Amino acid sequence: MTTPAGFSPVVAGSASTDTAPPQTPKNVPHRGGSANPSGDALRQRFGTAVMRVDVMWGETTVVVENARLFEIVQWLHDDPAQRYDALADVTGVEFRDAELPIEVVWHLRSLPYRRFLRLKVLIEKGQPLVVPSVWSIYKGADWLERECYDMFGIKFEGHPDLRRLLMWEQYKEGFPLRKDFPVRGRFSRSEQLRQALAANPETRYSMNELSIADAYEDLPEDMRRRLNKGEKVGE
Amino acid sequence: MGLSPRPEPHVVTHGGEPWMATRLDFLVNWSRANSLWPMPFGTACCAIEFMASAANKYDLARFGMERMSFSARQADVLICAGRVPFKLAPVLRRIWQQMPQPKWCISMGACASSGNGIFDNYAVVQGIDTIIPVDVYVPGCPPRPEGLIYGIMLLQKKIMNERSSDETLRREMEPDPRSQLYIPPEAIDEMSENFGNSVHQKRSTL
Repeated sequence: MTTPAGFSPVVAGSASTDTAPPQTPKNVPHRGGSANPSGDALRQRFGTAVMRVDVMWGETTVVVENARLFEIVQWLHDDPAQRYDALADVTGVEFRDAELPIEVVWHLRSLPYRRFLRLKVLIEKGQPLVVPSVWSIYKGADWLERECYDMFGIKFEGHPDLRRLLMWEQYKEGFPLRKDFPVRGRFSRSEQLRQALAANPETRYSMNELSIADAYEDLPEDMRRRLNKGEKVGE
Repeated sequence: MGLSPRPEPHVVTHGGEPWMATRLDFLVNWSRANSLWPMPFGTACCAIEFMASAANKYDLARFGMERMSFSARQADVLICAGRVPFKLAPVLRRIWQQMPQPKWCISMGACASSGNGIFDNYAVVQGIDTIIPVDVYVPGCPPRPEGLIYGIMLLQKKIMNERSSDETLRREMEPDPRSQLYIPPEAIDEMSENFGNSVHQKRSTL
């Protein structure tokens, strides 16, 4: 089988020198156990920016400083001894205990080394919910960060298009997964319905996405003017 | 209401040929009730049961629903199968407005009918009857195909009892000109081409 030029497939485990058979889930201890070597490597490389390395159920969690998170992810992605080439998830955690900080969590996976690493940033209550965006490293972070912003209100600095993803863009009630958000929302049902029905589902499409975009130049002048003003075409 | 019972068609023989005399309402309703084209609006697990109803074992084609009408313009009955989040509410209402009269709506399952209790949260519409008029509610979570078929047969009964003289039946829910959903009819015609069999048929005057 030939591969096209410029394309090198990532073979899972190809860089790993670990020959020990994988442990069955039953033999993985709750706490402790063999840590991901990336945890120690991070400690050596970044020193005090790595605040804690935990191993729980065989998975390594590294708590890092917010200010150096982008640098750390960049290094994990680029370093030939780490090669974390997949971003599995970006999410947030808020605890019911009001004194505990809000956590922002990144799940990284290294296919060549068969490693999994969880990065956490702790944001104390009262501090601005701003973390760096990793979109310029992993393009897949785009919607993950938008969802996290939509549900928790965490701002990702450097994201190219940080809009709401699940709720509609004019949603005014707040961030639904925060603990201070009532489960039925803040407004009355009729007000929620009125706002939802007032939303125009087509505003999210640009001219280029509409089917008439090709014919735009052929349209009469007044119609082009109306479309430029933001008038929508229905259908 | 003083509705008279539905008359049986009278078959008479005239000149050796059998003739049938009936009310026009009966004939129209009979043909409408037995050729309902559904617009499937499936959003959740109810849609799986709906697909099962349409497949060979339960075979909705027996009820004149041979063809799923994925274009709202050719549909007769909107079957809303599944929960409707608020983000989908304007879409559902617009699809309903695009369906030509006569049209009916079946709300399939507990979520579409009432929000289902467990979805009593910030994101889900508590019953599609807050958005569009509903003719038949099918309970269940999700309803089995037998349940949906029973709802369809109820709708057919309802259609058979309709009177063309009853103007309230076809009262259209006009879009509010102040809402962003409203598109003036002349704008619709300007942007869309003629369609259908006639060059005079326009989108705005369906």
